Amino acid sequence: MTQETIVPKPLPEPDEASRPFFDGARQGRLMLMKCLTCGTVRLPSRRHCDRCLSQESEWVAASGRGTVRTFGIMHQRYHAAFANDIPYNVTVVELEEGPRLPTNLIGIANGEIRVGMEVVVDWEHHDDVTIPRFRPA
Amino acid sequence: MAHPLRGATAITGLGMTPMGRVFGRSATELAADAIALAIADAGLEKEDIDGLLINAGVSQGLTLGLQNYCGFAGLKLLNNMNAAGSTAAQMVQYASMAIAAGMARHVVCVFADTPLSEGKSAGAAYGMRANAPSRPRGMVGLYTAAGYFGANTPYALAARRHMDLYGTKQDHFGEIAVAQRKWAVMNPLAQMRDPMTMEDYHASRWIIEPLHLLDCCLVSNGAIAVIVSPASNAKDLRQPPVYVHGMGQGHPGDNNRAGSDWETETGAKLAAQTAYAMAGIGPGDVSICELYDCYTYTVLVTLEDYGFCGKGEGGPFVEGGRLGPGGALPTNTGGGELSAYYMWGMTPLSEAIIQGRGAGGERQVARNDVILCTGNGGNLSYHGCLILSPHAS
Ligand SMILES: [Zn+2]
Repeated sequence: MTQETIVPKPLPEPDEASRPFFDGARQGRLMLMKCLTCGTVRLPSRRHCDRCLSQESEWVAASGRGTVRTFGIMHQRYHAAFANDIPYNVTVVELEEGPRLPTNLIGIANGEIRVGMEVVVDWEHHDDVTIPRFRPA
Repeated sequence: MAHPLRGATAITGLGMTPMGRVFGRSATELAADAIALAIADAGLEKEDIDGLLINAGVSQGLTLGLQNYCGFAGLKLLNNMNAAGSTAAQMVQYASMAIAAGMARHVVCVFADTPLSEGKSAGAAYGMRANAPSRPRGMVGLYTAAGYFGANTPYALAARRHMDLYGTKQDHFGEIAVAQRKWAVMNPLAQMRDPMTMEDYHASRWIIEPLHLLDCCLVSNGAIAVIVSPASNAKDLRQPPVYVHGMGQGHPGDNNRAGSDWETETGAKLAAQTAYAMAGIGPGDVSICELYDCYTYTVLVTLEDYGFCGKGEGGPFVEGGRLGPGGALPTNTGGGELSAYYMWGMTPLSEAIIQGRGAGGERQVARNDVILCTGNGGNLSYHGCLILSPHAS
């Protein structure tokens, strides 16, 4: 007798440093860290500014708009949770504010994706965490 | 005035174990094998070795304990180094600087790795994040949630951006894979010696578009050691010396930082400036390239960053078999990491030494005066290079 096991996707669990990002995501706001010393915005969350090494920062909401920096179409089965998604796009979105996010585009066929296309954030809600996806603007 | 490091040192020993699906030996044992082979190759005695630089591969099987395992006492230079795929070139650089400074005379640089296990797929060792916990903590979980796995992914992303910015075609990557296989067919050490056509290339399965399986390097167990010695001493040893004329590094750093063009402008550009200046040459003087080729795309972008062609022109540049046997710029003349063996930066370095000695047999390139040897690591994040020559000056 075979039993199909549904493997859950390895979704992030917010930690102390990233909680403002995931709290914002829950409410539909894409949050960035902003250096209070030099004004540079950054992701992922980290204590020090990677431009001036200041530790003074605040979280600010991004516009949610960006462009496709680059993408690939995954055919290799690395993780059982993605077996049914293959082939799926792995996309890096460059936010209007500068930082880049690994994500997947939704609402578009793989063959239609182009570098430089304008995209806007969408939200994928799970039981206890919300993940940013992007769709054509 | 010539740079004081230009021609100050030479590579005098090369030791290579069997490579590929080689089981039953630890990385430490393989490293000791390669070291013994390199010492014998150079015609040195073990007591002559006074420096040891170590680079463990992805399996992290080497430690400073290699010194004790091999019974090296009284070393004047010792370190366990890691700058990913750029380490092999860097070890030769630091060895050369130490020798030139009088800190050591004969320095062994060794790499060993055992990523393959019997019964497991070759890709398993480089499946970054594929074995992530069910709930990765923090923002790294955005990668796993997006299915962003493996070393293959960032290189596919980089290659895609190059294609979209510059019109680089899938065939251009295929040209590189096919040219290197032609070299591998003539290399008894190569793991892949069956001829490959462009049709075979296109027919190989997708890993992550735009990378086919045949765009990706092999995964190998094995070890390679080289010995760096003072140039003044090198010609008295057993092998024809391969002199170090130039060296450089370039590390562009965090590839997600706003404004970074890590995908299409690599650390090779910065390394090239330093190395060309030290050697007193330019790209037009290079007779052979041994370029780190974890992916076909890595070769293409590296050629651009070393100035063999303009930025974005790498695709047309590799057309027409330019890199293959009989081509104008013989490149990865042993088959490289794509078709011969994957010993990180030791793959291009070992073939550079073989070509520099004129020991390439059927695949020996007649004009071997200036050999460019590169190493790349991370996501095009780290780069080191050597300019080597059979000529003392
Ligand atoms: Zn700052």
